[in-house]
Amino acid sequence: MAEAVDYRYVGTSPVRPDGVDKVTGRAQFGADQNLPNMLHGRVLRSPHAHARIKRVDLSKALAMDGVRAAVSGADFPAVESGEIGGEGGGDVADIARNVMARDKALYHGHAVAAVAATSVEIAERALEAIEVEYEALPPVLDVLEAMAPDATLLDEQCFTKNLPEKPDKPSNVASVMTLARGDLDAGFEQADVVVEGEYRIPMAHQGYIEPHACTATVNEEGKATVWCCTQGHFEFRAMTSKILKWKISDLKFVASEIGGGFGGKTVVYLEPVAVLLSKHAGRPVKMVMSREEVFRATGPTSGSVCRVKVGAQSNGKITAAKAWLAYEAGAFAGAPVMPGAMSIFAPYEIENFLVEGHDVLVNKPKVAAYRAPGAPQAMHAFEVALDDIARQIGMDPLDLRLANAADEGTQAPYGPKFPAIGFKACIEAAKKHPNYTKPVPEGAGRGVAAGFWFNIGMQSSAEVRINEDGTVIVMEGSPDIGGSRASMGLMAAETLGVPYEQIKTYVGDTESTGFCNVTGGSRTTFATGLAVVQACEDIIAQCKSRAAATWGMDDDQVEWQDGQAIPAPGVNADVKPLSLADVAASAPKTGGPILGRASLNAQGAGASFAVNFGDLKVDPETGAVEVLSFTGIQDAGKAIHPAYVEGQMQGGAAQGLGWALNEEYIYDANGVMENAGFLDYRVPVASDLPMIDTQIVEVPNPSHPYGVRGVGETPIVAPLAVASNAVRDATGVRINDLPLSPPRILAALSGE
Amino acid sequence: MSKMHIHTTINGDQVDFLGSPQQSLLDALRDEVGKLGTKEGCGTGDCGACSVIVDGRLVCSCLMLAAEAEGAEITTIEGIADGDGLHPLQEKFLEHAALQCGVCTPGFIVAAKALLDRDPNPDERTIRYWLAGNLCRCTGYDKIVRAVQDAAEQLAHPA
Repeated sequence: MAEAVDYRYVGTSPVRPDGVDKVTGRAQFGADQNLPNMLHGRVLRSPHAHARIKRVDLSKALAMDGVRAAVSGADFPAVESGEIGGEGGGDVADIARNVMARDKALYHGHAVAAVAATSVEIAERALEAIEVEYEALPPVLDVLEAMAPDATLLDEQCFTKNLPEKPDKPSNVASVMTLARGDLDAGFEQADVVVEGEYRIPMAHQGYIEPHACTATVNEEGKATVWCCTQGHFEFRAMTSKILKWKISDLKFVASEIGGGFGGKTVVYLEPVAVLLSKHAGRPVKMVMSREEVFRATGPTSGSVCRVKVGAQSNGKITAAKAWLAYEAGAFAGAPVMPGAMSIFAPYEIENFLVEGHDVLVNKPKVAAYRAPGAPQAMHAFEVALDDIARQIGMDPLDLRLANAADEGTQAPYGPKFPAIGFKACIEAAKKHPNYTKPVPEGAGRGVAAGFWFNIGMQSSAEVRINEDGTVIVMEGSPDIGGSRASMGLMAAETLGVPYEQIKTYVGDTESTGFCNVTGGSRTTFATGLAVVQACEDIIAQCKSRAAATWGMDDDQVEWQDGQAIPAPGVNADVKPLSLADVAASAPKTGGPILGRASLNAQGAGASFAVNFGDLKVDPETGAVEVLSFTGIQDAGKAIHPAYVEGQMQGGAAQGLGWALNEEYIYDANGVMENAGFLDYRVPVASDLPMIDTQIVEVPNPSHPYGVRGVGETPIVAPLAVASNAVRDATGVRINDLPLSPPRILAALSGE
Repeated sequence: MSKMHIHTTINGDQVDFLGSPQQSLLDALRDEVGKLGTKEGCGTGDCGACSVIVDGRLVCSCLMLAAEAEGAEITTIEGIADGDGLHPLQEKFLEHAALQCGVCTPGFIVAAKALLDRDPNPDERTIRYWLAGNLCRCTGYDKIVRAVQDAAEQLAHPA
C-alpha cells in the first residue's frame, strides 16, 4: 500500500461553489428555463403495452386554437443502427424509436405523438384530439415467459446475438454472453457444501426527485439551443444529432443543474422531440415530464432472475461458482447483464466459474443505467448464497469473504489482473468496526455483504483560466450531480498551490468547453479530475516559463512551489518569488492571457470495493422491517472531498435499502404499472432510516495523481444482500426474492 | 378561461397576480410570480419539493389552489435568508454537505424552518418524522438530519 500523503486542500470538505445558490432557490434546474414566446410541449403515450400503430392523425389537434405544432413517428427520420454514448448509451436506432414510437408501441407509456401549444392545458387537450389506431397485441411481461420458444415476439427482426451460429428464428432474447474459467465439475467435486438458489428482483426506478425537463429553441437558420437536465450534455447533443439527422454544430446543449440522475439521465427522451416541435412552430418549446411519466417511460433498471450455485470447502475456500442471469431489457435490447455477469464474482478469487447472461425483451420501459448497472441484482444473488455457505460451515461471513478475497494480482473474472485494490482492507476494517464487534440487538438480525463496481475512465476535457488578479476559473463539461465542482476546485487548489477560495469551477455548455462523456460510471472525479489536474500542470509550466523569461533564466531553472515561481535549488539569483497573481498581473508583457487545458481518454479507473453490514429487525405481525443500524465501508482510493464521499456511501445505502425493502414496479396483466407515483412506489423517507455510518478506506489508485477511485456506484450494490441476510438472521427464514416488503415477509413467515 | 386576481404577501412583499381557477399554488408561484426556487418533484403531494409556509403552516404548494392563497402570507425558499446573510439552516446544510443534487433542498429547508419555528429543540426522531414528507434520493438523510440538529443548536445558542 502506498504511503499516506499529506495534502493541504485534497481531503478537506469545504463548501461547494454552487452551494449558496442551491440553498437559496437560485440554482436553475431543468424545469426552470423559461423564454419569451415559449410554447409548452406534451407527449401522447401508448395506452397499450404492446400494439401495432396502424395510423396516427394529428390534424384535429393541429386545428385547435393555441396548438402550434404536432409530431409523430412519421416526422422523424429513419435512423440507422449504431452504438452511441458511454454508460447509458446503446443502439441509437433503439433510442430513436424509444423517443418516439414508429410502427409499434412496445410498452404502456411509450411516446406516440407530441404537441406544442400556448399553454400546458391546451397541449393536454390537444393530445386527446390526436387519433391513433392501434392493433393491440398480447403483452410479454415475464422474463422467463419471454424466453420461451413460443413466446409472442416484440421484434420479429431480433435474432439472438453471440450464439455459436445465427439462429434460424427470431427471439425475445436479444443476446447471450458467457464468462468462464477452470473446470466447473471438478470444482464442485472438491466442495464440502453446495448452495443453490433462484433469486428474483422486479424492476426498480432510479427515483431522482427532478422529472426530466428541457427547453429548446430553434432559430430561422436552423440552429438549436437546448437547456436540459442531463448527466451528459455532449452525449445528449450527439444522440439528438443522430436521431434528427442534424449536424452537431447546429445543436448547442446547456446542462442545467441536475436534480438527480443515478444513470437515468444519460439518455434522451424529450430533447429531440422539443427540438423538432420548436422547429415546426418557430418558437421555443418547453417540455417537463410528470412524475407518472417518469415512472412509466424512463429508467428503470432491469428486473432479473438469477440462479446461482456455489460450492465451498469447510475451510471457506470457494471451489466453484455458477450463475445464470436473465435480465429484462424492457422494450429494446440493452439490459446491463454484461456488467452483472462481470461483477458477480469480481470480489473473489475463484478458480472455476461459469456465468451465462441473457438480455431479454419484455413489454416494459427500455431500461436505463442505474447506479452500478446490473451489479446489484447479480451480486445480491451471490452474496446471499455466500451467506448460506457461511451458515452451513459455521464461519463468520466476513472471514468467509476474507478467505476468498481478490487482491492485487488477482485475475478478475472479466480478464485483467487487479492492481492495488482495497477489498481486503475493507473486510479488515469491518471486522474491527465497533458496529460489528458489538452484539446484535435483541430480536434483530445482522447481514453482511460485499459491493463492487469497475468504474470507468473515458473522455474528459478541462480548461483552467487565470484571471487578471490571479483568481482561477476551472471550466469543464461534467454535469455536477453531487458536489463534483468542489472536488475539481480542491484538486486544482492542490496542484496549483493556491487557496480553494481563489478557484471557481464551472460546468460549461457544449460550445464553451471541450467534450466530456457523461457524468456516470463514477468517472467524473477520476477522469475529469485528471483533466483538471493536467490543465493546472499546463498552467504551471506556462507560469514557470514566464517567470524564467522575467528573470532571464532557462525554464528548467524555475520551480513552482506553494503557488509561486521560485528559482530552482542551486540556481543563484536574487529574485522575489512570483505568485500566480504576480504572473497574472504581468501577463500582458509575458505573452498574453494564461490559459491551460487538457483533454484525455482516461485509463486505469480503479475498481472500488465495499463491505456493508446492518442490523435489521422484523415485525412479525406486520412484516415491516426496521433498519436499526447500517455501516458502509468502502475504498475511495483517495477521498478528495470526504463529506461528499460519505454522502455517496450514505445515499447509495439508502437507495439500496429502498430497493431491498420496498421498491418495485407492480404490473397488472395488461402490462400497466399500477404504482406509478411516489405514494405507491415507496422510496425510503427520513423516518425509515437511522444514521448511516461510514468508514472511508484509502488504497490509492495508481492511475490517478491523487489516488482517486470512483465512489458513486459501489454503495448501492451491497445493501440488497445485507437486507436479505439480516432478515434471514432475524427470522431464521431465507427469502430469496426482493423486495422484502411486508406482504412477502408475512407470506414467508407463515410458511407460504 | 377568465383569470382571478389573487392578493398575497410573499416573503414580506405584497404580491398580486392573475391565476386561473384550477391553477395550483405551485404553478402560480413558478409561472406567475417567478419564484422558481419552489420545485415540482411529483405534483401529488408525495415528495415535498414544493414545500412552502402559508400562514404559518407547512404545505405542499402542489396540493393547494392558488385561489386558496387569497390574503395569505406565504414564505418560500427565497424568503428564508434574512437580509444579506443566510439562515442558519442554509449555512448548516452547506457545512454538513447535506445536499448533493440540491433539487429537494429548498423543500427541506422550508420544511425544517417550519419545524424549528414550532419546536426549537427537536430530537432526531422528531426531525425524521417531520421531514418524512420530503423525499431526498441522494443523501440517505443522515447529513440533512445533522444539519437541522446543528441549526437548531445554533439558533438556540447564537455564537
